Amino acid sequence: MKLPVWLRPLLFIAVLLALWQVAIDRHPGQLLPGPIGVAKGILDLLQHGLLLKYVVASLFRVTWGFGLAVVVAIPLGLMLGWHRRGQMAAYPIVQLFRPISPLAWIPLAILWFGVSDLAAIFLIFVGCFFPLLLTAMSAVHNIPAVYVNAGRNFGLSSSAFVSRVLYPAVIPQLLTGLRLTLGIAWLVVVAAEMISVNSGLGFLIVDARNAGNRYDLVVAGMVLIGAIGLMLDLAMRSLERVRSFHWSISED
Amino acid sequence: MTEAGAGQKMRVEHLGMVFQRDGGAVSALEDINLDVSAGEFVCIVGPSGCGKSTLLNVLAGFLSSTSGSVTIDGEAVTGPDPRRILVFQERGVFPWLTVEGNIGFGLSKLSRAEREARIAHYVQTVRLQGFEKAYPADLSGGMKQRLQVARALAVNPDILYLDEPFGALDSITRVIMRGELLRIWQTERRTILFVTHDIDEAVQLADRVIVLSSRPARIKEILAIDIPHPRNISSPRYLELRDELLTQIGLAYEV
Repeated sequence: MKLPVWLRPLLFIAVLLALWQVAIDRHPGQLLPGPIGVAKGILDLLQHGLLLKYVVASLFRVTWGFGLAVVVAIPLGLMLGWHRRGQMAAYPIVQLFRPISPLAWIPLAILWFGVSDLAAIFLIFVGCFFPLLLTAMSAVHNIPAVYVNAGRNFGLSSSAFVSRVLYPAVIPQLLTGLRLTLGIAWLVVVAAEMISVNSGLGFLIVDARNAGNRYDLVVAGMVLIGAIGLMLDLAMRSLERVRSFHWSISED
Repeated sequence: MTEAGAGQKMRVEHLGMVFQRDGGAVSALEDINLDVSAGEFVCIVGPSGCGKSTLLNVLAGFLSSTSGSVTIDGEAVTGPDPRRILVFQERGVFPWLTVEGNIGFGLSKLSRAEREARIAHYVQTVRLQGFEKAYPADLSGGMKQRLQVARALAVNPDILYLDEPFGALDSITRVIMRGELLRIWQTERRTILFVTHDIDEAVQLADRVIVLSSRPARIKEILAIDIPHPRNISSPRYLELRDELLTQIGLAYEV
């Protein structure tokens, strides 16, 4: 029997879910809810209007934290990458800050911004800023010299050079960096919401446990986080397929 | 050396280039003197790594010489200039632009109608009709080089510098491309400086061939190719000039 390609992973997931349910039915206990329990949990959240509220809250924080990091880190990184001295000056500092987990910033974030959206947004910003900065710096560094020379040869002004050569030349690498960093943002928001705010999917998970050991809701939250993370990644990948973005150095 | 005459395009005087590397000085070019007339096709040949590309990059203004001068129409060269376009061996076209976009790259100051007319003309000139909307990734190596030549010609330059433009192509495509370039040169009459390591290419294309010595490059010999186009590549004069060049480069012509 020949299955359509897109059906195969779905079928595989269905099989795993069935196995999970069978295992839970044979050994009922408190260790893990079954898939039906989790589905009921999701339905429960939907009926109370919490699902949409929490998803929107998390996406809101990611949008701001990630967006601010993009707006600040990418132009800065492009500039530092272009000017070799800037790169030399910034590199040690960036390398020093980069290995610090965004979670290590939680106490300071709460001290500065209180238990608020701002604290979570700040944590996401910190988590995204350094990877994006490095992506932008190395993207400029990797532009083949011929593009730069060809651009200079046609007598472009500095601003035209940036918009017509520099920017299109770094786009493919930037898109990959953006996609990976959005993944980081999605990881950080959950952690940030567990500690520094009272809404969102991260908060849902801690709250469900604290307010009566509702592990069906805990797993429901996890499932939702996974599904939304996947959708974010797919959305970024579809950007990479835009034709004039879609070229790479190896393919040329 | 004569005064700049009406037909003279470029004058290179006592040009020298010394690179600072690892604390030591490496001389790449030494005392290069050369006059090029308007509309002339000049090939520069020499052993690989001798500094041919360095010379071309200095002439095109991408590198500054450490001594001597390059003047074009009496004006000193201080940097790259859209009146003189360099065609690179590989990856010279912008992969994020279509064929049309690449040819129109240097034409943003023209009106839309003029730009489109110019693009259409040069699509014809390099025979890329039907590929106007294609991206470089969909073109063969030869087509990419033709596209690069079209982009260069579109801005109406006085001088075209070509840095081993066919060096990365297969030998059949290379022969076809030479014919195309000659045809374009004969209709457009630009001054061309063409770097190659291919002796046959030089004898087939050039009015004059400049032979460089190995590093540091000096001019070893300037050979006028006095065969009218189209050139018969088995004529005695062709073979004679070819042998002369091979001897100058220091290659035996028996394999």
